[in-house]
Amino acid sequence: MEFTRRDTLAMGLGAAVLTMVPLRASAAADAAIEAFTGGAAMVDSGIELTAPEIAENGNTVPIEVSAPGAEAIMVLATGNPTPGVATFTFGPLAASQAASTRIRLAGTQDVVAIAKLADGSFARAASTVKVTIGGCGG
Amino acid sequence: MAASALLGASGFGNWARLAAQQALTQDQLLEFETFGNISLIHVTDIHAQLKPIYFREPSVNLGVGANRGQVPHITGADFRKAYGIADGSPSAYALTYDDFASLAQGYGRVGGLDRVATVINAIRADRPDALLLDGGDTWHGSYTCYQTEGQDMVNVMNALKPDAMTFHWEFTLGSDRVNELVQGLPFAALGQNIFDAEWDEPAELFKPYKFFERGGAKVAVIGQAFPYMPIANPRWMFPEYSFGIRDEHMQEMVDEVREAGADVVVVLSHNGFDVDKKMASVVTGIDVILSGHTHDALPEPVLVEQTHIIASGSNGKFVSRVDLDVRDGQLMGLKHKLIPIFSDVIMPDPAMTRLIDEQRAPFKAQLEEVIGQTDSLLYRRGNFNGTWDDLICDALLSEREADIAMSPGVRWGPSLVPGDNITREDIWNVTSMSYGEAYRSEMTGEFIKVILEDVADNIFNPDPYYQQGGDMVRIGGMGYRIDITKPQGERISEMTLLKTGERIDPAKSYVVAGWASVNEGTEGPQIWDVVESHIRKLGTVTVTPNTSVTVEGA
Repeated sequence: MEFTRRDTLAMGLGAAVLTMVPLRASAAADAAIEAFTGGAAMVDSGIELTAPEIAENGNTVPIEVSAPGAEAIMVLATGNPTPGVATFTFGPLAASQAASTRIRLAGTQDVVAIAKLADGSFARAASTVKVTIGGCGG
Repeated sequence: MAASALLGASGFGNWARLAAQQALTQDQLLEFETFGNISLIHVTDIHAQLKPIYFREPSVNLGVGANRGQVPHITGADFRKAYGIADGSPSAYALTYDDFASLAQGYGRVGGLDRVATVINAIRADRPDALLLDGGDTWHGSYTCYQTEGQDMVNVMNALKPDAMTFHWEFTLGSDRVNELVQGLPFAALGQNIFDAEWDEPAELFKPYKFFERGGAKVAVIGQAFPYMPIANPRWMFPEYSFGIRDEHMQEMVDEVREAGADVVVVLSHNGFDVDKKMASVVTGIDVILSGHTHDALPEPVLVEQTHIIASGSNGKFVSRVDLDVRDGQLMGLKHKLIPIFSDVIMPDPAMTRLIDEQRAPFKAQLEEVIGQTDSLLYRRGNFNGTWDDLICDALLSEREADIAMSPGVRWGPSLVPGDNITREDIWNVTSMSYGEAYRSEMTGEFIKVILEDVADNIFNPDPYYQQGGDMVRIGGMGYRIDITKPQGERISEMTLLKTGERIDPAKSYVVAGWASVNEGTEGPQIWDVVESHIRKLGTVTVTPNTSVTVEGA
């Protein structure tokens, strides 16, 4: 779907592309998870992902991940054409296993974080971040 | 439940204002047996309404998901039944929409900050150290507020001596002006969710909370500004600030104040009611949420887990008094009254009347100029079209020569009753904002649908954290069907261009006129000028019932 500059003058979005429905995790995202976990099962505790419910600016969305004791945390924007965002690795001397960054989201989608814990197991957290035209609240 | 009615006496009939005054007294409205050791006074969403106005509550206020059919998503007879309110009673007039025009003849206008002052003074006579808390949307919404960039409201509110305030539309004055006004406030400007956008850290100017020593207890008041300011309002006007719900940070703040010895934790919130309900279920340790933003007025608190949520209406129409019994480091009991400000019954405070009139004096002639008359009840509130917006959309279609008109689903804006003059002030009361330019552009049918789907999801997403708290964008010149239970992308169907009766073609371009774009650089005449010109040509306004939106899943 393409919008002309003139169209977007209406109510809003500026530069970011708007999608109408939440995107499903793409095949590329599934492949990245498979490569990171080797297909191992993931539990949903032991990792925290903090992301806004609605992005103020889809071009720069602040997120935070934290997984005490993790060796590595992978972050994916599952609805982006290229889902990979970052993989943070933590050495044995790392004071905490947490990171924050800003990511660009092509539209409403799930952001997924997967931690590889010290015992070799995996933990997963996901958060839906909505990218919206906005402009009519109040 | 009968106790929740504001008054027991009621009855239908052609009330004369004198009859209303005889049926109601100031003492009855203020009657309250002082309770516990702490009093909170909550006002919110005043939208710069210094003078008494009419305000019709919504006929359509739909809840979705778990909130379907739950308060505040009940209206009219259902609302009266839930709270034991008699038809035609003062409570019915204040809290529900039916027979509004006829009841308005009897009960008169509501609000006026000089009447609010009288109520606050009376509560302070009972409890001199009562905390006055302002939920925000105070410095926006009128001709004088626009012309003085909020100074009129700051002057008048300062005279009421609030103890703390949080924010929403204030930021649309632009961050420079907000910073300037906030720096001069003689009370706390709170918002635990107001962050510095660049560093993603709490903004220095706005503190997350403030402690008050009251009745031998430590009261912590935590602020929660409107979470979706940069989305619902133009981000470019306050680029230094970031918001969001940030309930993890709220939990940290609650834990922090508890550790610092808070006996009771009060959140002064501009989240909107359903967001507050969800936040109360996620964050532990909040005793009271004073809820604003969605303009709901509820005669009883809603209890979620251990948290009491209080909704105090809008436009100066209500003041909530909440008395707390706090002992041994915990809330032992709570007593609440939603006080309707019947402006013909409650005596104005003379000093405040003078102060208000001083703010208005420089603009008196402009405010009072009569532009036309109305034969119809003009109101806005409701999930879909209100008659004020039908009139505004008609003005856009006719003055801007458009196929389709769009008017934002804001919840502010007082009502006018049939027979009223429409003054310039009345037009500004429903249009005033710092980005009121009326754009005119071409949009494809597909893009119009995308807009409607997007806005609908901001209201009808079943998860309150994804709701922004406005109403549906109002559409002129086009009809549609909406199923509020469907997901985004599937709610809107049967979009029809009314002037031809033809279905909207996704590929075809239509001329769309609207206002309140959040985009920087929007060009066009100000909406209040467009509406004024339209009303002048009409002389007398008659708004015919609008049946162009069909709602399913309600």
